[in-house]
Amino acid sequence: MQYRSQAVAKPYFIAAIGLFVGQILFGLILGMQYVMGDFLFPEIPFNVARMVHTNLLIVWLLFGFMGAAYYLVPEESERELHSPGLALLLFWVFLIAGALTVLGYLLVPYAGLAKLTGNELLPTMGREFLEQPTITKLGIVVVALGFLYNIGMTILSGRKTVVNLVLLTGLTGLALLFLFAFYNPDNLVKDKFYWWWVVHLWVEGVWELILGSILAFVLIKVTGVDREVIEKWLYVIIAMTLITGIIGTGHHYYWIGTPEYWQWWGSIFSALEPIPFFMMTVFAFNMVNRRRREHPNQAAVLWALGTAVMAFLGAGVWGFLHTLAPINYYTHGSQITAAHGHMAFYGAYVMIVLTIISYAMPILRGQPAGDPRSQVLEMWSFWFMTVAMVFITLFLTGAGVLQVWLQRYTENPQPFMVVQEKIEMFYWLRELAGLVFLIGLVMYVLSFFVKGGERPMAAETT
Amino acid sequence: MSQVFTKSMARNIYYGGSVFFVLLFLALTFDTSGKTPDLDNHEALTEQVALGKRVWEENNCIGCHTLLGEGAYFAPELGNVYTRFGNSTDAIVAFIKSRPAQGIPGRRSMPQFNLSDEELEAVAAFLKYTSEINSANWPPNIQG
Repeated sequence: MQYRSQAVAKPYFIAAIGLFVGQILFGLILGMQYVMGDFLFPEIPFNVARMVHTNLLIVWLLFGFMGAAYYLVPEESERELHSPGLALLLFWVFLIAGALTVLGYLLVPYAGLAKLTGNELLPTMGREFLEQPTITKLGIVVVALGFLYNIGMTILSGRKTVVNLVLLTGLTGLALLFLFAFYNPDNLVKDKFYWWWVVHLWVEGVWELILGSILAFVLIKVTGVDREVIEKWLYVIIAMTLITGIIGTGHHYYWIGTPEYWQWWGSIFSALEPIPFFMMTVFAFNMVNRRRREHPNQAAVLWALGTAVMAFLGAGVWGFLHTLAPINYYTHGSQITAAHGHMAFYGAYVMIVLTIISYAMPILRGQPAGDPRSQVLEMWSFWFMTVAMVFITLFLTGAGVLQVWLQRYTENPQPFMVVQEKIEMFYWLRELAGLVFLIGLVMYVLSFFVKGGERPMAAETT
Repeated sequence: MSQVFTKSMARNIYYGGSVFFVLLFLALTFDTSGKTPDLDNHEALTEQVALGKRVWEENNCIGCHTLLGEGAYFAPELGNVYTRFGNSTDAIVAFIKSRPAQGIPGRRSMPQFNLSDEELEAVAAFLKYTSEINSANWPPNIQG
């Protein structure tokens, strides 16, 4: 660790992993409810479990992004963090607010939670992914502002690198766009239109800047390739991200009461959205092939390559699969959407957070890289989780194709629930793949506690 | 990438491209907000519909259902439920009211939300309003 204040990243990473485990457990509950409809009913209805599953995902990724920023910004800026104390304070605020919100979901009926938190004063609850009580949303804004202040002050008074500036742009965009979560008009069309300014412009816009900058940072560290080369790539990738992704928002404006010209804008630009992801894959492999050192942390290199490939597959390929308006007409809001969502989030955002954790955590614990045995276990966990996610995606895609066929495409469309029963086998297989994912996750957690083993190559520290 | 293509060129594409497409997106948004009043059925936006939207939100209906294709995929699409239920708000009210509190053994079942009559009427009115939004002929058929 070059700067002492980088240590504040550690609790953020630990919290991220803890919440990740929670997210997966609730994912398994959901998968079970798909095949045994009354599982845990009425104690944990599907909507509650799903809210916990998706909200934990968002919160732990945010913990991961913040941890990543606290780790890499001092090193890039070549100075200590502006205020490590503020970073720790915000950690506890965010963790406690997040825990209380999840407990609220689980212990109080949602309508009761809305009443309890005064939703009628400023109604923002009950929209997908933005289910948090308004007070929690305000808390998120406070944490985000404090975080941006801390990171911003560090960057502005230190060395300004492209990695730093791109990260700061992404994080600022994340905070600003979140403000649309407070806009909830009675007009459903307007509500949906601006809801996507949070959801789409996050994951297919500014979050990709965060992804790109973290990936660039790790690649600089583990490959030793000249920063100039990596930064040039970073610029081109994020340029393509925003050029395609902003108008690409249009692929959500096909069927929600917006003008039909969005079918053209959305189809054309979102068909180009795989390009930046493909470039990211080429970039990562290129840099690793041109590496000037053998970094002892092979696990981190694996995660970095993995995130590039899986983001391309999940976001790029599975996104393209159903993004053209004539196809989306049939697939919109089906299991195809779920398939894409799972692999895209895993590939792009779960894996980039695990990449930076893999790289930074050993250093935060006083070693250049994890012990060989720990790395071997971590790499096994990589393969278990990644292969399991590929199968989750394939099974959901199978379910989705059949669903679309039976419910929407044939001459005699069948009711939703009839179709759901017919495609049950795919849901069983998905749940099985989910269990394999959990095994991978357990291995991942254990890898932090495994020590020893022979170092295969001459260890070179950074 | 060779030296012909320099980092400052890459940076210029990033800044120029971003600014251009942000502005284009804002222009399209402006145009959309001018055109949606013809499509969004806002004439039907009564106080009751607004209350219905609150009921919809405060019971997290989107956690199981899709509405115009957005939401969760565990339960049927409700953007067209009004037409699927024979253009009847009464049928919607009756369905929501009749859900057993303890669920149905072995099957998916909607929770019993214990809504008041006013809330039931309101959420049904909200779903009727939603079904009349011009959604470019989506969903493809009555099954949603």
